[in-house]
Amino acid sequence: MPDYPLAEKTPGQLKTPTGLDFTAITLEAVLDSRVTMEDLRVTSEALELQARIAEAAGRPQLAENLRRAAELAGVPEERILEIYNVLRPGRATRAGLLALAADLEARYGAARCAALIREAAESAA
Amino acid sequence: MPSSKRYAARAGREVNRDSFIEEWPETGLIVTGSPYDPAPSVAIHDGRIVEMDGRPEAEFDILDRFIALHAIDVAVAEAAMATDSTALARMLVDVHAPRPTVVRVFAGLTPAKIVEVIGRLNVVEMMLALQKMRARRTPSNQAHVTNRRENPALLAADAAEAVERGFAELETTVGVARYAPLNALALLIGSATGRGAALTQCAVEESLGLRLALLGLTSYAETLSVYGTEKAFRDGDDTPWSKAFLASAYASRGIKVRFTSGTGSEALMGHAEAKSMLYLETRCLMAIRGAGSQGVQNGSISCIALPESLPGGVRGVLAENLIAAMLDLEVASGNDAMASHSGIRKAAKLMLQFLPGADFVFSGYSVMPRQDNLFGGGNFDADDLDDYNILQRDMQADGGLRPVREPEVLEVRRRAALAVQAVFEEMALPPVSDAEVEAAVRAYSSEDMPERNVVADLEAAGEFLRGGRNGVDVIQALARRGFRDIAEKILTVQKLRVSGDYLQTSALVLPGGRVLSAINDPNDYQGPGTGYRLAAERAAEIDAIPQALDPRAIGAEPAQPPLRLEETGDAAAGDNPREIVIAVGPAFGGALQATLLGLPHARVLEALIQGVEEERLTARVVKIRHTSDCGFIGHAGARLSGSGIAIGIQSKGTTVIHRRDLEPLDNLELFPQAPNLTLDSYRVIGCNAAKYAKGEPVLPVPVQIDNLARLKYIVRTTILHLKETEQVDPARRPQEVRARHA
Repeated sequence: MPDYPLAEKTPGQLKTPTGLDFTAITLEAVLDSRVTMEDLRVTSEALELQARIAEAAGRPQLAENLRRAAELAGVPEERILEIYNVLRPGRATRAGLLALAADLEARYGAARCAALIREAAESAA
Repeated sequence: MPSSKRYAARAGREVNRDSFIEEWPETGLIVTGSPYDPAPSVAIHDGRIVEMDGRPEAEFDILDRFIALHAIDVAVAEAAMATDSTALARMLVDVHAPRPTVVRVFAGLTPAKIVEVIGRLNVVEMMLALQKMRARRTPSNQAHVTNRRENPALLAADAAEAVERGFAELETTVGVARYAPLNALALLIGSATGRGAALTQCAVEESLGLRLALLGLTSYAETLSVYGTEKAFRDGDDTPWSKAFLASAYASRGIKVRFTSGTGSEALMGHAEAKSMLYLETRCLMAIRGAGSQGVQNGSISCIALPESLPGGVRGVLAENLIAAMLDLEVASGNDAMASHSGIRKAAKLMLQFLPGADFVFSGYSVMPRQDNLFGGGNFDADDLDDYNILQRDMQADGGLRPVREPEVLEVRRRAALAVQAVFEEMALPPVSDAEVEAAVRAYSSEDMPERNVVADLEAAGEFLRGGRNGVDVIQALARRGFRDIAEKILTVQKLRVSGDYLQTSALVLPGGRVLSAINDPNDYQGPGTGYRLAAERAAEIDAIPQALDPRAIGAEPAQPPLRLEETGDAAAGDNPREIVIAVGPAFGGALQATLLGLPHARVLEALIQGVEEERLTARVVKIRHTSDCGFIGHAGARLSGSGIAIGIQSKGTTVIHRRDLEPLDNLELFPQAPNLTLDSYRVIGCNAAKYAKGEPVLPVPVQIDNLARLKYIVRTTILHLKETEQVDPARRPQEVRARHA
């Protein structure tokens, strides 16, 4: 796995979700408030790279999880927590889950997450 | 009450405070092989699993469905399932079957088949298999850091010490849930104070846990619990899909996650469905793999005493660790909750993970004393740290820790407590007093800590969370107050959220910030000469326990008063029948100055002479140079003695009363256990030697039997004897001496 860890091997190609260069994240930048907590997040692109690494290492399920994560990278935290809570037992009907899946797919292009939710819907009342 | 005193004594032993029960399969109180466990089977139609372990798809429960959809590689399933279970079990221990090959084949197995395969292995084979199958080559360890008073200075000090001791991950939790943000904050600061920067987590309810991680106050989570039956899963208020989604949610922010499962939880919750613990745990592990988790903490975890009450419980716990490893999951292998009252039983259990090595040998070693552990005790705690380091040294096994000396520990503890004090002040949190800082440095437990204003702390904690104060705020506060190094190290870990490198299987962050995982440190064990081996530097670190003394310095201590025996010429045979020879060893009153117990040679010699003189005989001291053996020293003395009787004494104090006509290794009386000899014993030995010479009846000198003497003194005995033997000159005859003692 020639490019792993990314932070070590290809730091020049990494960005924050806010478009900052990975190498620009320094203590000075944090102290000048040029870097905030919003910047310290993984991007969909980095998650896809990690998914490929996991896949190449023979871990398709981990890769799938990282690709679902890539879809969620741009989804607001509150929305994520809402979706999680809806997925818990007895919180939503099958129709409710199917609607949630459709919304997630339409709004965020989160096809893999939507598929997971549709699967969950089959087990719901 | 037993009538036999031996039974009564055993009844009082720690192990008999543990609970033991017989199996009761109908309730799931059985570790492996419930008669209600299904037989392995699989049927695949159009690339879809339509039957698994005897159950048709229409009857699948949620776990069956999730496992069938996500956890089994249908491309290899039919061939793998058709393979004889013993042949599969052999692959696990076959050094010619590389790990990736085994992982690929085992990806095609159903839960029942995996349990059947594991059933073919004994514990030693499982240990070999774990050594081969764990994902990361280098083993490591996780610490639990909590305290009953939730004191932030103490939390930070304990976290800093944990990192100094080598723990790669730190987990805290709360007594009162609302403390969570402050505890996470204290842990974060402590985690970056010592030699490295460990990953940290705070075990709380799922959505709060996620929030703390998003705020950068923690960097990983392992609270994602999974259960092996549908009912237990629902009681845990989750489904496999909700957990899978949650795992993706964490990953979407670059936060490491491992799931939690463990034998016994379903039986404890009353939902085991008459299945064995290991079968249900295998279903958990397959669901975890299916959810795409990189790893799991298992090994029964908080339920450990339940499998331990049953036949095969400890074996079963190793089996679940191994199954996780062969499913290619990172394993934090338990050993965290109290497993037994018995030290023997606890240590024996530990060996099953410690010797093979695990990604994290503990999913929480309590770095505090038991009373401060909010996870329910801690199977090993602060009091056991020396034992643990010594076990590493004994076995030359890497349990992830390093021995540390007190000054080093106190320094990092102080710095962590000071950093917390400064950050609390900068962030307008309730003050941490100087007294708290001082107490945190040297405390045994939170009992030693000044009380804090709990109401103010809880209010501040709530405010902290509401205000969205986060990791960047902490970094800024630290740097402003002169803790730039800590700020820098926290940032190093936070930066890894951007790269996602520690989302890979078995990831940890090394001191210096480099990520080590199953990707760049894959376990390549294939027998001797492969896999993880202690590098010379790491072996030296493990060996260098502070308790180890310089052997060259042992026995070199001066004695008071000193004794100088000057050799004045070859000793002649005596002709005085009232003479007792006291034959001393080659180093006596020379290179060595005191016995094993530290009795000065001058005093010992005086006591022997006094004893002889009390019987109105005379003593002549000669030094034997050609041997360091006690029997030969005594015999050489007897051959020179006018009475034919001699006392032989080695420098370490071992003494013999000898007679000329006996074989050298025979004796009249032998006192092999020098540690039990007092100056008065030596005086009586002198008396007895004289009585033998006079032909009077002799009551042998009473000697205490101390079966621990060898254990206590063998090292010193060996070194003193080595030093005596160094003085041997085979060509030199016994010497007359002149005693010059002050």
